[in-house]
Amino acid sequence: MSNFFEKSDLSRNDAESIISDTLKKCDDGELYLENSKSESILLDDNKIKNSSYNSDLGFGFRAVSGEVVAYSHSNEISKNSLKQSSENLKSTLKSAKGTYNQSIPKSNKKYYENINPIEQKSLNSKIEILNKVNEYLRKKNKNVKQVTANFTGEQKSIEIIRSGGETLTDVRPLIRFNVSVMLEKNGRKETGVYGIGGRQSYDAYLKEDNWKNVCEEALRIASVNLESKPAPAGEMKVVLGPGWPAILIHEAIGHGLEGDFNRKKTSAFHNLMGQKVASEGVTIVDDGTIDNRRGSLTIDDEGTPTEKTVLIENGILKNFMQDRLNARLMKTRSTGSGRRENYKHIVLPRMRNTMMLNGKQTQDEMIKSVDKGIFAVSFGGGQVDITSGKFVFNCTEAYEIIDGKIGSPIKGATLIGDGPSILREVSMVGNDMMLDPGIGTCGKAGQGVPVGVAQPSILIDKMTVGGTKL
Amino acid sequence: MVKDQDYLKNKASYCLDLAKKLGATNISVHVGNSISETVNFRNKKLDESNRSDNLGIDITTYIGKKKSSISSSNLLNNNLDILIEKCIETTKNTPEDEFNSLPDKDLLAKDVKDLNLYDDTHIENDTKIEYLLKLETAASNNKKIVNTESSFVENKSNFILANSDGFCKGFKTSSFTAYSVAVAKDDKSMERDYEYTHKCHLKDIESAEKLGKKAAEQTIKKLSPKKIGSEKISIIFDKRIAKGILSTFASAISSSAITRGTSFLKDKISQKIFPDVINIFDKPDIFKGLGSRSFDSEGVKTDTLKLVEQGILKHYLIDTYNGKKLNLKSNGRCGGTSNLYFDNGKISYKDLLNSSSKILYITETIGHGSNIVTGDYSVGATGFLIENGEFKYPINEITIAGNFKDMFQHLTLANDLEFEYSTNSPTMMIEGMVVAGK
Repeated sequence: MSNFFEKSDLSRNDAESIISDTLKKCDDGELYLENSKSESILLDDNKIKNSSYNSDLGFGFRAVSGEVVAYSHSNEISKNSLKQSSENLKSTLKSAKGTYNQSIPKSNKKYYENINPIEQKSLNSKIEILNKVNEYLRKKNKNVKQVTANFTGEQKSIEIIRSGGETLTDVRPLIRFNVSVMLEKNGRKETGVYGIGGRQSYDAYLKEDNWKNVCEEALRIASVNLESKPAPAGEMKVVLGPGWPAILIHEAIGHGLEGDFNRKKTSAFHNLMGQKVASEGVTIVDDGTIDNRRGSLTIDDEGTPTEKTVLIENGILKNFMQDRLNARLMKTRSTGSGRRENYKHIVLPRMRNTMMLNGKQTQDEMIKSVDKGIFAVSFGGGQVDITSGKFVFNCTEAYEIIDGKIGSPIKGATLIGDGPSILREVSMVGNDMMLDPGIGTCGKAGQGVPVGVAQPSILIDKMTVGGTKL
Repeated sequence: MVKDQDYLKNKASYCLDLAKKLGATNISVHVGNSISETVNFRNKKLDESNRSDNLGIDITTYIGKKKSSISSSNLLNNNLDILIEKCIETTKNTPEDEFNSLPDKDLLAKDVKDLNLYDDTHIENDTKIEYLLKLETAASNNKKIVNTESSFVENKSNFILANSDGFCKGFKTSSFTAYSVAVAKDDKSMERDYEYTHKCHLKDIESAEKLGKKAAEQTIKKLSPKKIGSEKISIIFDKRIAKGILSTFASAISSSAITRGTSFLKDKISQKIFPDVINIFDKPDIFKGLGSRSFDSEGVKTDTLKLVEQGILKHYLIDTYNGKKLNLKSNGRCGGTSNLYFDNGKISYKDLLNSSSKILYITETIGHGSNIVTGDYSVGATGFLIENGEFKYPINEITIAGNFKDMFQHLTLANDLEFEYSTNSPTMMIEGMVVAGK
């Protein structure tokens, strides 16, 4: 736990009285304090290229009145600085006439340990593993021409002080281990990338087998891509593998179910609550309660305890993801989805671990049912245009399907689809649900937050594949 | 008020002195402060105000050929003491790399040119609100516009870069930015588009009315899009996305991608990678230029480079570390390009639209489909179908794909270059790309 007032001329009592005074005619708001420590160690081109450490401290002061949010943040935790922020908020909300909403739910459940992963393991032991990764890969395959491997670790301590002095705190560990391999054979170059991570100590991830598995997987993807042919172009059937490909759900459906886009009526889902938006058998939840997962949160960045929110149940739209502001304006409750990248940013409703739950079919059945299509196993980044509903994502490992059989690997192609209609095109849902390895970062309004995804294999009847082979 | 040079210099020299005392053989320090005030509007009403005051320090310490770095937003001396001590400890424990070093002294910038990058004007939020109200009134004039959002951002920044070879320079910059986003609706579709203006000086920004009107017109034009079939076709990239192709080119010639062997343009120096008529410049000394600067992020003097001359690749973008690996001197491009642009082409925008009977005109792409290693390119796209020089109807839910090596060879530019961003391109046409649709 950080003591934010220890080296400051600002006492907790001063802060509480400035907060209460600033927010007295507002509907909501809080002072958010954050102290984060992070490290990054990078091996690249046979060398430790970078070892860096960051320590970041600051506050964000928010006042909400009606639909209007006033925000001010600074790195200087001082009386002067907080007063200046207070003046700034008051000047924006001159005519505020609200009543502060005191109520915030409580919970004692925690979904990760209060640890600092950076301090738990020495720098030398981390450098040693990175060097082993490099040697292992280069020895394993003579076509390996480049290896990049890195560790990032973080501990973020937050404290939320609400009007009246109510205080909520959380300490969040987060680590990530990533390996990228480039192969060269007969003048052709291809890369493979794989990573793991979560809200745990490095040790929980980096037993010998584990880092070797990450290496093997990166190498396997790169080798597959060396043999890949140009991807087909046009509309066809697509089988998605389990796990990380659920980024499709995240992009295509998830963003459209965030409260802000629906309150503002810019999401294609805003008037579909209670209606059928997906094929029968499709159930999607957003879950912050899975132990040690990258997208899990004990409390969100407004202090609301996290939960498992059912978004779509057996094809029917059940809930949007809400922060306090959008929940109040839409006359519902916060789902604990209020998140921010750090103290520099305002809270927005965001996803945590977004998962499509198991169905009954097998992946085999799906492949066998396809005459012409593609089997997509892994993806790079995705993106969605909320308003038109169109979304894309880039395959990093995919194969042709011809006459019910998996054929040659195909080059990284973009898949494009229509968010609101894609779930109606899901004709089979598998029984092999998998969580992603803990690598996702979601971007919205310039803010990146760690997220997770999960799904079983699914068959989509119609998507456009953006290859070059006509 | 953004912190002045004296404050930043004091912090930098405190760190240099302490790191030296603790055993660093070389040090570089960057201290910066940036203050932004933003007002956001939605449907002609105030939505959000945001004041952002960011302080930051980055310190890199060297002990011989060992190197490590730290960064922090907490500039209190007692915190800096702890961090510098930690940085020195980490440096000692980090393996040597023979290419680690500060830049050559004779390459460092001797002076900071006055490029007119700072406008002292401060405008109150009430004035920003007035501007945005005018903007959204203009944007929501047409009944098809169902939602408008806009924002106005004023930014002032200052920094000092110092190193243990005696370099200690910095300069102030300012920017004024306004965005207009509109959502339009008809019975078949809902579409969004945008327009924005971004300048160093307040008096140079676009008028609120023009900006709002333009965003609304562009959005309405996109309503009721169709999907087209899959085919090989010529594609025109609107200026606002043509610059993205140029940015991909810049990442592919960065010296780190070259030394690592992860660029499709490796070993292409002195080779023809574009048609004869193509020239690409990176010019750091443009007055009020959004990417203008006198030195790069290591302090190395930045001169104009003609990166591509008559289609031939002439330079990589070189920093100190990768330069040493390549046995080349830094050309002041640590941190990337400054004001990067394609020189004007020979034909008019109108003639470009008429150059083929059927052309796809792309106004927006989505997805991260540029692979620098292989040169493969595949992204989602929206735009318009052009037949015989005329805009026929909007297009949506398609992808466009190709490989940059071929795309560069089949590139034609119009003569309508403007300096709206730090990377700029005239309207661009690329022949023979593949569209995937129905």
